[in-house]
Amino acid sequence: MSEGLLQHALYLSLALFAIGAVGVFLRRNVITVLMCIELMLNAANLAFVAFSRAWGTLAGQVFVFFVLTVAAAEAAVGLAIVIALQRHKDTLDVDAFDSMKG
Amino acid sequence: MDAILFYCLAALALASAVLVVAQRHPIGSALALIATLSALSGIFGLLGSPFIAVLQLVVYAGAIMVLFLFVLMLLNVRREEGSPATGRRVRWAALAFGALFIAQVGAVLTRLELAPSTTPFAASPRDVARLLFRPEYLYAFEATSVLILAALVGAMALARREQ
Repeated sequence: MSEGLLQHALYLSLALFAIGAVGVFLRRNVITVLMCIELMLNAANLAFVAFSRAWGTLAGQVFVFFVLTVAAAEAAVGLAIVIALQRHKDTLDVDAFDSMKG
Repeated sequence: MDAILFYCLAALALASAVLVVAQRHPIGSALALIATLSALSGIFGLLGSPFIAVLQLVVYAGAIMVLFLFVLMLLNVRREEGSPATGRRVRWAALAFGALFIAQVGAVLTRLELAPSTTPFAASPRDVARLLFRPEYLYAFEATSVLILAALVGAMALARREQ
């Protein structure tokens, strides 16, 4: 493996995380916002794998495993909430859900 | 060879990640996200973690994204219409935030100079599983099973139609 590869993997992870974070603010659809969160989780996974390779330990891979599990649970509960919201207000626009005055 | 493949996959991941955010139709975003996840799976394989690469394809690009597409089609989601009142200001604020974030974290990362370890590195499923069932991770591993169960029950309770 060439020297700069892991460093560039970290830069890729940073770029993906930034794109996901910007997307959370830009997009108005609740489901797209959830997808941007998945993108950020994946950027974190890439950083874990790169550090795991750099230090030669497997702990990073175990953490990716846990992140994957939490992402699956989050997607299931998040999409169930989205379905409940759609039934309640008949829209998926994030600006429509302001009953808590956030 | 590894390097060429890595940069191709990285370019693919970046381009499709931009498409996820730049698109107005959620189904297009979901398909672009699947492309990003598949490219990342290839990168995980190149970085010497075949187990995580397969897990990424099966769990993320397979199960989670199919769940997303299923809900998108169930709710018959249309193109999102921009809200003109806040649209422009929020857009510039978000882009400024993204640029600031990249500048700050990038400044830290350039000092890091990460290099692959010289010790032999094996990350076969057997090695990862051995570590997973060692005492330091065993309780967290068992806790994830409770988490999955809670998510299962919670998702069913939330999506149920009120009588």
